[in-house]
Order: sequence, then C-alpha cells, then structure tokens
Amino acid sequence: MIHFDNVTKRYPGGHEGLSNVSFHIEPGEMVFLTGHSGAGKSTLLKLIGLLERSTRGQVRVAGRNLTRLGRGQIPYHRREVGMIFQDHRLLHDRTVFDNVAMPLVVAGLGHLEIGRRVRAALDKVGLLAREKALPVTLSGGEQQRVGIARAVVSKPPVVLADEPTGNLDPALSREIMGLFEQFNEVGVTLLIATHDLDLISRMDRRILVLKQSRLARDSAAGPTR
Amino acid sequence: MIGRNRNRKRRAARISPRSSIRLDIWLLRHLQVALASLGRLVRAPLSTLMTILVIGIALALPSALYLILDNVRNLSGNWDGAASISLFLKQETDQEATAQLAARLESDPAIQRVQTVSREQALQEFRQLSGMAGALDALQSNPLPNVLIVEPATSHSAPDSARALLLRLQQMEGVELAQLDLQWVRRFHAITEIAQRGVVILATLLGLSVLLIVGNTIRLEIQNHHAEIEITKLIGGTNAFIRRPFLYNGLWYGLFGGFTAWLMVLLAMLLLDNPVEQLAGLYQSGFRLDGLDLGMLLTVLGGGGLLGLTGSWIAVGRHLNEIEPT
Repeated sequence: MIHFDNVTKRYPGGHEGLSNVSFHIEPGEMVFLTGHSGAGKSTLLKLIGLLERSTRGQVRVAGRNLTRLGRGQIPYHRREVGMIFQDHRLLHDRTVFDNVAMPLVVAGLGHLEIGRRVRAALDKVGLLAREKALPVTLSGGEQQRVGIARAVVSKPPVVLADEPTGNLDPALSREIMGLFEQFNEVGVTLLIATHDLDLISRMDRRILVLKQSRLARDSAAGPTR
Repeated sequence: MIGRNRNRKRRAARISPRSSIRLDIWLLRHLQVALASLGRLVRAPLSTLMTILVIGIALALPSALYLILDNVRNLSGNWDGAASISLFLKQETDQEATAQLAARLESDPAIQRVQTVSREQALQEFRQLSGMAGALDALQSNPLPNVLIVEPATSHSAPDSARALLLRLQQMEGVELAQLDLQWVRRFHAITEIAQRGVVILATLLGLSVLLIVGNTIRLEIQNHHAEIEITKLIGGTNAFIRRPFLYNGLWYGLFGGFTAWLMVLLAMLLLDNPVEQLAGLYQSGFRLDGLDLGMLLTVLGGGGLLGLTGSWIAVGRHLNEIEPT
C-alpha cells in the first residue's frame, strides 16, 4: 500500500529530512513510526500526503507513483489519504458537523449522503451528540476525535496520524489508539507517528524507527517477514 | 494478480476528476456556493457596503457621462435649423415654381424634410421680430425672396456630406444662394467626438479601478481565510473548488456595484429633470433627458459583473498558489 524505495528528501540549504529510506507497508497493516524530534517522522508523512515531494527515490501509495503525479492530481490523491494532526487543524468558525463534512463536500457528495456518513463517523468517535457544537467548546481529546472523524469520513484506504496523542493524557491516548485499532480491523492501512514509546510497546504492532533521517530499525524486517 | 490489477484500474478511474460528480449535484453546489458567498457579504455589512459604493461611484461616472453625451447628440437632431440648409430662391421665382422645387427636393433621399417660407411669411416674421415695421412699410415692394429650409437626412448630416449636398443644391435652377452654417456643424461634431473619446478613456480608467478594488478586496478575503484554504487543500479540495466562493464574491460585488451605479444615475437624472426641462423650455425645445432604460441597467449590471469576476479571478490566481499546507 505504501512503498518507499531509496527515498531522499533534501531541503534547500542542504539539510536532509530523509536519507535513502526504503520500506513497504502492506494493505491493512497498522504501523508505528517513531524516533526523536527532527528524525524525519513528519517529513515521511508529508511525502505520503504529497505536502512535499522527494528529492530522489520513489514513493508509491495505493499503486500510484507520487513522483510522477501532476499538480492537478494532488487533490484527488489526498482524498485517498486521511490525515490526522497533533494540532487537530479544525476550522473554529464551523460546527463539528461541518468540519467532519468537509472532505465529502469537497468530493461533491449529495446532501443526504453527507449527513448519513458524517453522523456515522461521529457516532464511531462518540461525538454524535456534539455535532452542532463549535470546536472551541470541546476538550482536547474531543477535538482530536473530531479530527479523526474528518480523516476517516470519506473512507480513505490510508490514514496517517502525526503525533495524534501528543497533548493527551494516557487514558485518552489509549482511547484514541483503540479507535485506530477499530479502523484497522475494517481494513484501513494506518501509519502513526509518535514518540510515546510506552504506548506502542504495549500494542505489539510493526514499528519503524527513524534516526537522524535514516531508517534505523524495522521490527518487521526480522526473519518473521 | 489479475484481480489486483482490476482493483487498481477501478481506483484509477475513481481518481479522475469529476467522474463521480453528477451534474445536478454540481449545479446545486454552485447555487449553494453563490448563496453562501452572498451570506458572507451580508454578515459583514459595513465593509461590503463601502466596497459596493466605491464600485458604484466608479461605474456611475462613465455611465452618467455616456448618457449625457447620448442626449446631447439627440439634441443636435432636434435642433431645427442647426444643420439645415437655407435656399434663398431668385426673386422672380413664383409660388408655383417654389412648390415644385420643394416637392422635387422632398423626394431626394439625402433630404429629410423641406419647409417652405414664402416671401410674405418672411416679411411678416421680419416685421414682428426686427422691430423695423415702420421702415418696411416705407418699401413699395417686398424685398425678401422665397426661402426653402432643407433639413438633410441623418445620413447626410456629417460635415463632409452636408457640404456636398450644399454644393449640389447651390447648382440647382432657381436657387440664388444656398447657405449652411458649416462651421457650426463642424465644431459641434468635433466637440462630441472629443467628449466621446473622453468618456471612453474615463470608462477605461474607472473600469481598471474597479478591477483593482475588487482584486484588493478579494486578496484580503483570501488572507482572512488562510486556515480554511490550507485545510481544504489538505483534505483534497481542488483549486477550482477553493476558487469558487471568491469568484462568486467578486461577481456579487460587481453586480451590486453596477446596480448602485444605476440607482445613482437615476437619482441624478431625477434631480436634473426639472431644471433641464425649464432650460429647454426657454429655448423653445422639447428636449428631455432620457435613456435610463432597461438596456442601460443591463449594461451596467453586465459590465459590473464582468469587472468583478475578472478582478477576483486575477486576485485568486495570484494568491491562491501562495497558500500551500505544510
């Protein structure tokens, strides 16, 4: 589902965000991406969502070669990659419902279909009762759940999360991870960047470790795979 | 493996633009965006009103000038005698010959109308207007000739063709003297020509200012919606989708500005109507200001809408690409 072949990302000025990184993530996998701040976690996610392009090497997502995707195709690629951010990135002048509905509105879905799918997504994250609330009236954990609902409402095959539990206490973090596991069970491929080692050690999933822009360890690269 | 390929193909089809969007939903979406953009303008009434007023004034000026010019040009048509040719007939021409000549001229395609002033009429008029009744009474015979006042057809009222007509009439039998105030006709045409060009120049400049006003307003709106644009791009909004509400904003500004311009000109006309009528009355003219009709309204609306749309298109094109999610 996600293929990195010798991918290097060099920023203007010579700093390398990623150096020669290769890995494959199969459809339906749930993978953690970890490493120190500045090790290249965000850069890697940005390459998958085409927020940035690789300098060298090839990135393929869901069969598409991102290196050769034209500018006009970027929006259609992003519709297939749900993205979750540490700072939620919600629109504060719109209700929870409208925030979650955005990907469907953008994709041009009909009114009824949007209502049905948004409520299903909100129900999934346990916020159906708050659909008319503005994001500022919600707690940090609730805002994150709105962000998650928005990322999965259009049922993308791939979901990326960048430090989704960064600001949350352990109990809320576990709750969020539980949600991710539920999505994974229905076949969504997940790549979650986090430095909460405590949390991921308890989850027993594949882990990619980045160190100084290089892939230092892949827990699936052992003899079992 | 084959199944996987087919899956891939299906996905590729889904990614192609618009294939999944039905026309009715697309139209409905446009209507929604148009109304939402209108709603956004209404929710910031003060700044919206100011923008619309500025656009209105910028559009009202050339519209008003054009209208005045149009009216003045009509005026030259109504102005009996201004561009007409006076044919002074030879003394010996009698009534009958005069009538024959008049009839012949009437059938000339270059001539709109012929008015006959007999020598008796002329004498009477002269007696009344000149205040020299006593002196005229002393004359034994009427010294005045029969006169034909020839009004050229509009196709022959321009200076050159009027002059050609004058020369032709001069050659006719029984004509002593043909007179045309050519100098006046030339000056009048030159003046309207300049005024016309002035209106075009002014309209161009003010049209340009409308473009800049709308462009700048839209630029500020884009900046205010920075976060929204960024997030919309993140979740896969196309540039066309993001552009749409701003284009509608520009269109609304232009349309309302055009309507405001029309109202302003209408108001000015109403205020001027009475004094103009009085002035025209003093000159024994039935001149009235007009021309502020449906056609004019559609013109300012169309012009305003087009300028608004173009202005926002330029602003959106320039500034939308600067906002990319990070």
